[in-house]
Amino acid sequence: MSTAIVQRIVYGLLLLIAVITLNFLLIQLAPGDVVDVLLTEAGGGDPAVAAQIRAAYGLDQPVYVQLLTYLAKMLTGDLGYSYYFDEPVLSLLLDALPATVMLVLSALLLAMVIGTLLGVIAALRPQGLSSHIVTVLSLLGYATPVFWLGMMVLLLFSQYLPWFPAFGMRTIPMPETPLARALDVLHHMVLPTFTLSILYLASYSRLSRASMLDVLGSDYIRTARSKGLAEYVVIFKHALKNAALPIVTIAGLQVGSVFSGAVLVETVFSLPGVGPLLYESILRRDYPVMLGVLFGAAVTTVVANIITDLVYRVLDPRIRGIS
Amino acid sequence: MSEAQEPTVPPVRFDDPADVPEVRWRVTAAMFYGNKAAVLGIAVLAAILLVGLFGPLLLQADPFAIVGAPLTAPGELRPLGTDYLGRDVLAGMIHGTRPTLIVALSATAFTVVIGLSVGAVAGFYGGRIDNLLMRITEFFQVLPPLVFAMVIVAIMGAHFMTVIIAIGVTTWTNLARLTRAEFLKIKEREFVLADRAIGVRDSRLILRVLLPNALPPLIIAVTLQTGLTIIYEAALSFLGLTDPDIMTWGKMIGLSRDFFFDAWWSVTFPGLAILLTTLCIALIGDGLNDAFNPRLRGR
Repeated sequence: MSTAIVQRIVYGLLLLIAVITLNFLLIQLAPGDVVDVLLTEAGGGDPAVAAQIRAAYGLDQPVYVQLLTYLAKMLTGDLGYSYYFDEPVLSLLLDALPATVMLVLSALLLAMVIGTLLGVIAALRPQGLSSHIVTVLSLLGYATPVFWLGMMVLLLFSQYLPWFPAFGMRTIPMPETPLARALDVLHHMVLPTFTLSILYLASYSRLSRASMLDVLGSDYIRTARSKGLAEYVVIFKHALKNAALPIVTIAGLQVGSVFSGAVLVETVFSLPGVGPLLYESILRRDYPVMLGVLFGAAVTTVVANIITDLVYRVLDPRIRGIS
Repeated sequence: MSEAQEPTVPPVRFDDPADVPEVRWRVTAAMFYGNKAAVLGIAVLAAILLVGLFGPLLLQADPFAIVGAPLTAPGELRPLGTDYLGRDVLAGMIHGTRPTLIVALSATAFTVVIGLSVGAVAGFYGGRIDNLLMRITEFFQVLPPLVFAMVIVAIMGAHFMTVIIAIGVTTWTNLARLTRAEFLKIKEREFVLADRAIGVRDSRLILRVLLPNALPPLIIAVTLQTGLTIIYEAALSFLGLTDPDIMTWGKMIGLSRDFFFDAWWSVTFPGLAILLTTLCIALIGDGLNDAFNPRLRGR
């Protein structure tokens, strides 16, 4: 089992090296280079100075040398420097990522728990009301643009019914006790989490419904029932345990997509995550920050995939021995 | 090799009439048209397409023109109100239909071309080629699609071609995996082996034998992908990553973002247009799913 995990991690690192290489190629694609930006901001400069700066930055080296230098820098955590924010990209990312990861995780968890429950209830009555709710939800979940849903939620629950704050993650000035501060953050996160999770809730409910219908038809469920086990034990202990496997797989695969959704939701709700950071950096043509965010997003997905793999191994003893 | 002639495939005899491809497709079509929700989806989508085609001719207003006081609520003169610059929301929506649909359809076409080619080649040839292509697919799956697309458009410049490229480059992986899985399933079947045995060329095998047999799940997937692309393009437009010269529904929402608490109509109606379009596509997708897999109905 441990060799399989090591393999998985090594593979993840290789993927990240590929992402860094892609970032490098994207920089090459961009019109102009750092020196052009610097000189434009300084109001122009003569070619000799430009050449001097290029040499100082190593931009006169052959492309492959530049790529190796870039790889070495990125892998040691030096993600470059932001022209606009006047701060290292790494510290900008470390400031912004926790809020995003928190949003992604809480939305995914909420969607998984409620979606799975809804799916289980629907599977018990395939033609009942809950099944219709699942169908309608999955239609709407597929068809609704998340950023628009966020605005509608704000209009309804922040303007028309002033129950939740509209912007940011904290009240300023901050409440004094740590408990009040935590509750304050929670209060701010309700609407964004709800908005982001409702789209995925639909796909989980549909998936868990189909998965449960499959499992409920199998022989061991009939055996469990015939030995007189309580219905809830059969459903939650015997059936759901097996039906949960595809749900875990999908959750792992969806992290990238949820991350994309989080970028939009953060922009709508003005949360201090990577969404607004990316948006700002695009407006300012701040390439190191943009590419830093892309790299940070890739790291998040790779880590999430490895964790999903581990969870899957714990849940499914059949694949534990296989690398 | 001196033979210039393509070997001819002998006609196949079917024992069960339901196995004849023409009959199968006719049964599927009958099932699809018997599905009321799917037919409603087709009808409304057709109406939206007509608005996209002829709307600008009937309502010759400039969607960028200032026609009244800013932030006017919906009323008799302006049925859907005006935005923060006094532009007519209804005119924007009608004129925005065509660009929105053109960008979304072209981007979907691009996604389909990449996804089908990668998946077909990987599934058909297998071995090292498959391994390499699947590694590349996994690499693209590590990058959150919207973030990647935003960076591409930001670096290549906001133009409708770059938006199409960005969407295609970031969304082909699911289709590639599906196509590969279908090809792997079909390529060992007897009729494919028979065609191989009589020396049918690879390209002909892929395009004329495997692809038609893999079509049902692919048609469903492409339909659903079209809806996702509409939302995806709207998200990019909403973030301002769109051609400055065209009006799209997503852009209308994005432009009014800072004013939506004062003018709910300026974001609500363009969003409803997106929702209605994708909802129709979802209904059509569900209808196709039921028609192709009658046994899985309701799953």
